[in-house]
Amino acid sequence: MAIKLPIYMDNHATTPVDPRVLEAMLPYFTEKFGNSASRNHEFGWVAEEAVENARGQIAKLINATPKEIIFTSGATESTNLAIKGAAEMYREKGNHIITQVTEHKATLDTCKRLEKYGYEVTYLPVQKDGRISLDELRKAITPKTILISIMYANNEIGVVQPIAEIGKIAKEKGIFFHVDGVQAVGKIPVDVQKDGIDLMSISGHKIYGPKGIGALYVRRKNPRVQLAAIIDGGGHERGMRSGTLNVTGIVGLGKACEICQNEMAAESEKLRKLRERLTERIMSRLDETFINGSMEHRLPHNINISFAFVEGESLLMGINDIAVSSGSACTSATLEPSYVLKALGVGEDLAHTSIRFGIGRFNTAEEVDYVADRVVETVQRLRELSPLYEMAKEGVDVSKMTWQTAAEH
Amino acid sequence: MAYSDKVIEHYNNPRNVGSLDKKDPNVGTGLVGAPECGDVMKLQMKVNPDTRIIEEAKFKTFGCGSAIASSSLATEWVKGKTVEEALAIKNTDIVRELSLPPVKIHCSVLAEDAIKAALSDWKKKQGDAEAKPAEPATAASH
Ligand SMILES: Cc1ncc(COP(=O)(O)O)c(C=O)c1O
Repeated sequence: MAIKLPIYMDNHATTPVDPRVLEAMLPYFTEKFGNSASRNHEFGWVAEEAVENARGQIAKLINATPKEIIFTSGATESTNLAIKGAAEMYREKGNHIITQVTEHKATLDTCKRLEKYGYEVTYLPVQKDGRISLDELRKAITPKTILISIMYANNEIGVVQPIAEIGKIAKEKGIFFHVDGVQAVGKIPVDVQKDGIDLMSISGHKIYGPKGIGALYVRRKNPRVQLAAIIDGGGHERGMRSGTLNVTGIVGLGKACEICQNEMAAESEKLRKLRERLTERIMSRLDETFINGSMEHRLPHNINISFAFVEGESLLMGINDIAVSSGSACTSATLEPSYVLKALGVGEDLAHTSIRFGIGRFNTAEEVDYVADRVVETVQRLRELSPLYEMAKEGVDVSKMTWQTAAEH
Repeated sequence: MAYSDKVIEHYNNPRNVGSLDKKDPNVGTGLVGAPECGDVMKLQMKVNPDTRIIEEAKFKTFGCGSAIASSSLATEWVKGKTVEEALAIKNTDIVRELSLPPVKIHCSVLAEDAIKAALSDWKKKQGDAEAKPAEPATAASH
């Protein structure tokens, strides 16, 4: 089969809408366009039924009940609502929040804002494999701790945190547990009961649904979680999130969850094989390549590799018919590479050489082979151009050199 | 971010890639940047001690496409110039030629630093009285 270029392999950033999802959504733009809050005519009832159906599809995927699903504009809003809403609601109980350093900015920057308002936040470090230490978590808990917010799986390195263990600790101590489930839900089994999750952010566009729709799981029993709203208005979503519901988006998110539920087992197996094929085909042909993050506790469709002595952005430029991401940030004003890789203890030199591959539902083995071959060929070409590779081959330990202009940067 | 056609052209067909013999008294070597900052440039020039004309220039660069293009262009420009003419090349000339956006100006600064560092090394080897350490261009923009 001929390969169609460019190839998209950046499925942690976003995913295409599955055609089945699009098909489910279409009628709700035109003939079924009602406002789900319209109680006195058919148009409203039809829309409401569709929303409730979607609530059920989402709840089922994570073993929740439909009433525990609150619709939002995306996971960024869900996370803001979970953290700010709980912080405000339980201010009397305490002002301490625990999170960790490799969280998405939606979590980190929300916590930073709360610090300005007098909350205290502990940012747990991660170990070399990208996971937090449960001992450190236990030690960080104080009588003032009201919330623990830890992501299920990381968006750069795909590392899966020990969620069920964290959930157990949270429950023991009577602390609410919020999980950024964006990268994990629909990809690996997530069960809010078994995992002891009280709040969880979900995003449509990471699971082959549309952009601009997300959900927050809010536990109603054992314990019941209450949130202060951050968007006030007509009192939709049990007062937690006002605003006319995005019915088309909600239908799409529901359908996306249903497909994930039905196909997850087979799909994750397929993606794991493709990931292994990609990794093997790259790493067996290049020296000085390193995988970032745990292989044991990892999403099946993620691999993040550092190609020593080749700067990530120049590598992306060489494989410009392939869409992947780099941990290098040559374009940012600070020249800071990925904070996630730095948190793992990956040296800044190697962080600049990292590439994230996110294999998705629509990638094929032929595409994987093409990507691997292009990466290998480009790395080889750029290493011919790299003074660092040359020095390393001459036996110079590049990491121990002092660099002339390093101090100025 | 989109690259200019000239950056892409240099990236795809870099000029004067390679290394000269560091020990040759007529070869000056400049190694600037740092791996943790995401760019390292090595620029080497072979200078005729009688005419002070740069007869050969080679580079190797670890860095983004703009860094590769800046150093490739630098080797092209210094070849055939005298030491003094080469030292007059400004990073802003490189910015203009390659249409570098503001976030990539540091790449051109590094290329200017590399030219200066290589020629200062050459002067040192020549026992040139004027030899002084490379003066980085506008370091603040790094
Ligand atoms: C781990 C993680 N959390 C949160 C988000 C934000 O999700 P959204 O784009 O739905 O706001 C993303 C996506 O960028 C993500 O990868």
